[in-house]
Amino acid sequence: MLRGFCIAAFLLIAMSAAPAANGLNVKIGYLGRADKTETISLIEMPAANDGAAGAELAIDDNDTTGKFLNQSFSLQELLLKDQDDPAAAVQKLAGNGISLIVTDLPAAMLLKAADAGRQHGVFFFNAGATDDRLRQEDCRANVIHTAPSRAMLADGLAQYLVWKHWTHWLLVVGSHAPDKLFADALRRSAKRFGAQIVQEREFKDTGGARRTDSGLVQIQSQIPLFTQSAPDYDVLVAADESQVFADYMPYRTSQPRPVAGSAGLEPTTWDPAFDQWGAIQLQSRFEKKFSRWMTALDMQAWMAVRMVGEAVSHVNSDDAKAVLKYMEGPDFALAAFKGRKLTVRDWDLQLRQPILLADGRTVVSVSPQQGFLHQYSELDTLGIDRPETKCKLK
Amino acid sequence: MWLRFILGIALALLLGGQASAYRAYVANERSNTVSLIDTDSWKVVKTIEVGQRPRGIAYTKDQKYVLVACGDDDTIQMIDTSTNTVSGTLPSGPDPEFFTASPDGKFLYVANENDNTVTIIDIARRAQNGAVQVGVEPEGMAMSPDGKILINTSETTNMAHFIDPAKREVVASVLVDQRPRFAAFTPDGSELWVSSEVGGTVSVIDPVKRVVKQKIEFAIAGMRPDPIQPVGINITSDGKLAFIALGPANHVAVVDVKTHKVIKYLLVGERVWHMAFTPDGKYLLTANGVSNDVSVIDVAALKVVNTVQVGELPWGIAMSDH
Repeated sequence: MLRGFCIAAFLLIAMSAAPAANGLNVKIGYLGRADKTETISLIEMPAANDGAAGAELAIDDNDTTGKFLNQSFSLQELLLKDQDDPAAAVQKLAGNGISLIVTDLPAAMLLKAADAGRQHGVFFFNAGATDDRLRQEDCRANVIHTAPSRAMLADGLAQYLVWKHWTHWLLVVGSHAPDKLFADALRRSAKRFGAQIVQEREFKDTGGARRTDSGLVQIQSQIPLFTQSAPDYDVLVAADESQVFADYMPYRTSQPRPVAGSAGLEPTTWDPAFDQWGAIQLQSRFEKKFSRWMTALDMQAWMAVRMVGEAVSHVNSDDAKAVLKYMEGPDFALAAFKGRKLTVRDWDLQLRQPILLADGRTVVSVSPQQGFLHQYSELDTLGIDRPETKCKLK
Repeated sequence: MWLRFILGIALALLLGGQASAYRAYVANERSNTVSLIDTDSWKVVKTIEVGQRPRGIAYTKDQKYVLVACGDDDTIQMIDTSTNTVSGTLPSGPDPEFFTASPDGKFLYVANENDNTVTIIDIARRAQNGAVQVGVEPEGMAMSPDGKILINTSETTNMAHFIDPAKREVVASVLVDQRPRFAAFTPDGSELWVSSEVGGTVSVIDPVKRVVKQKIEFAIAGMRPDPIQPVGINITSDGKLAFIALGPANHVAVVDVKTHKVIKYLLVGERVWHMAFTPDGKYLLTANGVSNDVSVIDVAALKVVNTVQVGELPWGIAMSDH
């Protein structure tokens, strides 16, 4: 109806205290999703501020640093529904003097936002979309990715499975588009690292409610049936970003086999159980402020806002071009509790980062795994490497 | 000729016999113990049960106590060095990791990692005496030789904060590379060295101008830069050599303090963290977290001469004066 009113959930929050007098106030925008995916597990249902909370904590961290440099940071959040126009939202934020925007938007919406932002000189941090096309043929010179790509997640998982010699996979793929994209990434990883997909099965989403009173009884008999008479395999790898079936696989397969991928052992950038390399400090800061656990999306948004803070503390400017130039330069590095510095790949603007493998209770391992070597950085064994890139930044 | 030879041997024996046994207290972060090493026999002579997650460890000036920061217990425990048992605690504030004392030994300055705070403790009264707000995740602590400036490094803010201990406020902050872990003054106080674990560098700061005048970088043949993560810094009392623990690179870099050039890399145990000299300056002990041992470096020869098994995840070392 009215394009202008399409931004439905309209949350405009200035997060920081009044900017220091004569100091630099850096305004950062956040474009998130108003609609969150429903998960199979009740305890994994995303909070309304999933992602945004990470950005808010990073604003606090930036401000603590900024008070010694006469810099302050603020965040303006807008939550968009699927039918909302991202271009209008970008225009709105740009109108408020914002040229740095963190996004948790689906790929198509992010591209619309990025293209709309170009005329306003806006720079984006993709904290939410894992689509490889955003780092490949649809890459943009004004979008840095703190979210890992599906290829990075799949490579992180595959390296560990191969290290374990669990090289025979039964791949179960959901019937929705994102599931198929994750399956593509898993197939690529299997080929890269020498695993074999012994068979693929599709798990069709036949609809219906997730929460029913006697659902358990049905699932307990459905899943063994679905997984029976497969060729011998070591591990069931599930591609189910749509949250239709993967969490029903562990302990219910016909043969006793571990599950990985979208359930069981999952590749991720963050896990509430992660406590290495000082991570416990970030976890406790987060929990103290928001009374909940920190998710991967929170972490990806935290990293984006911290990247801005890190760059601004060195260039002492909120000019998007100056900030970007520093981030892409040789002096930039982000410390993000991963035991090594994180830097930006210059061929597709993806943040290099280790991938955690978490089972829901502990972090089992961190990839890259030992023995997966690279001429430049072991982190580049995860995801699309320079020689394979289809990205032409413009 | 013969006489000289015999005299030489006698002298060597005499000197060898004189090597007074110092005591090194090693905080084992994971096993919640402190290993007591005798530096004559290079053996662990006692294992002391302490609180949870012991990390920062140091003697009090009067040598009566070894203080150990037990992060998960939010306290600093006092090990009585005459009995080698925990005999008291200091109210350190939440999650103490590292601390340093005032030159007169009266006050303790504690980095509270979880609280963006440096807590000041009156040791005699065993009471908190104030606090200074600093950057995110304070860690490294160092006092200038003249006692006029206290340094704190904050890991996520990436700064060395200059604190006036009299006014108890931050008077200057200097940006360094990512995740600054440790700060040390040269003995003459003319330079402040700050290690950046994730940044992979040591910043040499002019403490008067309060600017970074040089960054020391490290390169070990056949090793990628990622695991080269400088942490502990120990400078010889004559101010000539600096030893820098390179964390998961499993090496200690030896740096010429005057030229800031690395002159040697010594292979030690895995994930080398903090270190301590014996009081005679002959040996440097390194806490190697992943291999659960302590390497002994002969400072004159620049060689690793011994390895001592300790508890799990050794983090830091306190050395007796005598």
